Amino acid sequence: MSEPLVRVSGLTRRFGALTAVDRLDFEVAPGELFGIVGPDGAGKTTTLRMLAGVLPPSGGDATIAGVSVARDPEGAKPALAYMAQRFGLYEDLTVRENIDFYADLYRVPRRDRPARRERLYRFSSLGEFEHRLAGALSGGMKQKLALSCALIHQPRLLLLDEPTFGVDPISRRDLWLILHEMVAEGVTTIVSTSYLDEAERCDRVVLLHEGRTLALTAPAPLQQRLAGRLVIASAEQPRVVRDRLRAHPAVRRAALFGTAIHVVLEEGADPDLLRAIEGVSDVAWGEPSLEDVFIDLVAAEAAEAA
Amino acid sequence: MSTRHEAAAGVPPRNAGTAIEVRELVRRFGAFTAVDGVSFRVAAGEIYGFLGPNGAGKTTTLKMLTGLLRPTAGHAIVAGLDVARDALALRARIGYMSQKFSLYGDLTVAENLELFAGLYGVQGERRRERTAWALRMAGLERGTERLTGELPLGWKQRLALGCAVLHEPPLLFLDEPTSGVDPVARRAFWDLIYELAAQGTTVLVSTHYMEEAEYCHRLLLMNRGRVIAEGSPGEIRALATEPIFALRTDDAARAVAGLRDRPGIVEAAMFGRAVHIAVADAHGAEARIGDALAAAGRSCDHLEQITPSLEDVFVSLVRREGGAGAR
Repeated sequence: MSEPLVRVSGLTRRFGALTAVDRLDFEVAPGELFGIVGPDGAGKTTTLRMLAGVLPPSGGDATIAGVSVARDPEGAKPALAYMAQRFGLYEDLTVRENIDFYADLYRVPRRDRPARRERLYRFSSLGEFEHRLAGALSGGMKQKLALSCALIHQPRLLLLDEPTFGVDPISRRDLWLILHEMVAEGVTTIVSTSYLDEAERCDRVVLLHEGRTLALTAPAPLQQRLAGRLVIASAEQPRVVRDRLRAHPAVRRAALFGTAIHVVLEEGADPDLLRAIEGVSDVAWGEPSLEDVFIDLVAAEAAEAA
Repeated sequence: MSTRHEAAAGVPPRNAGTAIEVRELVRRFGAFTAVDGVSFRVAAGEIYGFLGPNGAGKTTTLKMLTGLLRPTAGHAIVAGLDVARDALALRARIGYMSQKFSLYGDLTVAENLELFAGLYGVQGERRRERTAWALRMAGLERGTERLTGELPLGWKQRLALGCAVLHEPPLLFLDEPTSGVDPVARRAFWDLIYELAAQGTTVLVSTHYMEEAEYCHRLLLMNRGRVIAEGSPGEIRALATEPIFALRTDDAARAVAGLRDRPGIVEAAMFGRAVHIAVADAHGAEARIGDALAAAGRSCDHLEQITPSLEDVFVSLVRREGGAGAR
């Protein structure tokens, strides 16, 4: 195992009486694609801001390539790129001018720029809009431009705060292609997301809830937690039937996934029991997604707190 | 399969009146045509979904339907009113939740509700009832004195929805109300939409989440300012022309890179940890995919043809229409 690029130990951030991030511990290896997931207000953005050196921790520390973000926030910055949810694009500059601006900011040598720009254009399909004002781009294109600006200096560590926020399914695919290309080239990437199908693609994820770690693992073993207990019920009236399922003693949880109802059974319960419920047209074993596990863990945590 | 999807949103209202009638609606900004001859009809009580790439013209259309933007040409009748002539009267009959957070972050929850009740002319006993209802709905009964700006996004959005319907409008417009909201809060938000629809409210909602599109009675898919498909989720799914294969492999990211731009392969993209591959022709596709993977040095653990997901169909329809525009 190689030396971790990022080491987080006891990382804590308080805002007045609120503890937004509460003693986080994790490490990220070079080249890893690491996901931060959790409900709204779990502390994802606060964690990324501390790693990026733009928000000082209240306690604990994180090191990026050995440099402490608490003691030397400026020292860690050259190694990383941080794309905040509201990334600073200049709307009155063109696509090309924005990229050049960030290249200047990070002192990218002039002779290296054309090749890097061309590569980013190839991934992002932004080349044909090179001379368009950033303010006139669609939301998806803006996100791709923001990512290109963040990548122009070839950072070792990429920190992305919900890069696909408000982005359509097509641009979302493009953004992930760029990300995978970067990871393949060895760029360590930490990404927060509210799309759990995106989190499934990460090598490992940390699942946060109210600032604390609920789970820290590869997605596959996390999904195994519900193996043998997740069934998918079909119904003509999914919402009505979901409510009936929730009232059934064999059912721990029931949630809609599109038109299907995902049911987590109580330990040892027989899925065929569900067939007797009025309106259920079919019942089948399901393969648990990360979203199933997320809902289960967060609901269990909320039930404990109540 | 399709019967189940048709019924996704429950029984759509039958023989209901028309809530929205749009004919050849156009909006130009200078030389750019953002909305280009859009026509559709929404029945009263329907949950009607707007899909399309960023920049397809969804928000511009919503702004015209809510009287915030004048159409360049064409007509839209909303709740019996012409949006170009009766924009002010329209305001009282609709609720609108914009993409950008519309509440005042530096006001408390209670102050925001008071403000919107005042704006909508909700008075006296009714004001008390409606604000109490909105607080209950948003789960903020014990948070009335909290600053709105400090609430988690999911709660903010529920409160914004409560404010948008304080005056009990028969028609509700929601522009990407759940963008960036976590899955648990997103479900809670859709339960609210259903509650409103069950009470007879017509809902027009735009979204980028395909599982939310499944919750709608009917969908309108836009690209580059035009309508490219319309129908129930089942009908839209039936428009799929390219066979889709799902692949499980040890390294999906590299498999995608190896599959793109190969002969016979139209599209390859990650879907969770699996790869969805659109092919021009199902015949011999498995062998072609296997060859491409072998050339890229990737293994093929499991490959099967699947029913296309709504996202697969969405991507394929937009591609067929020349891809997404840049604005």
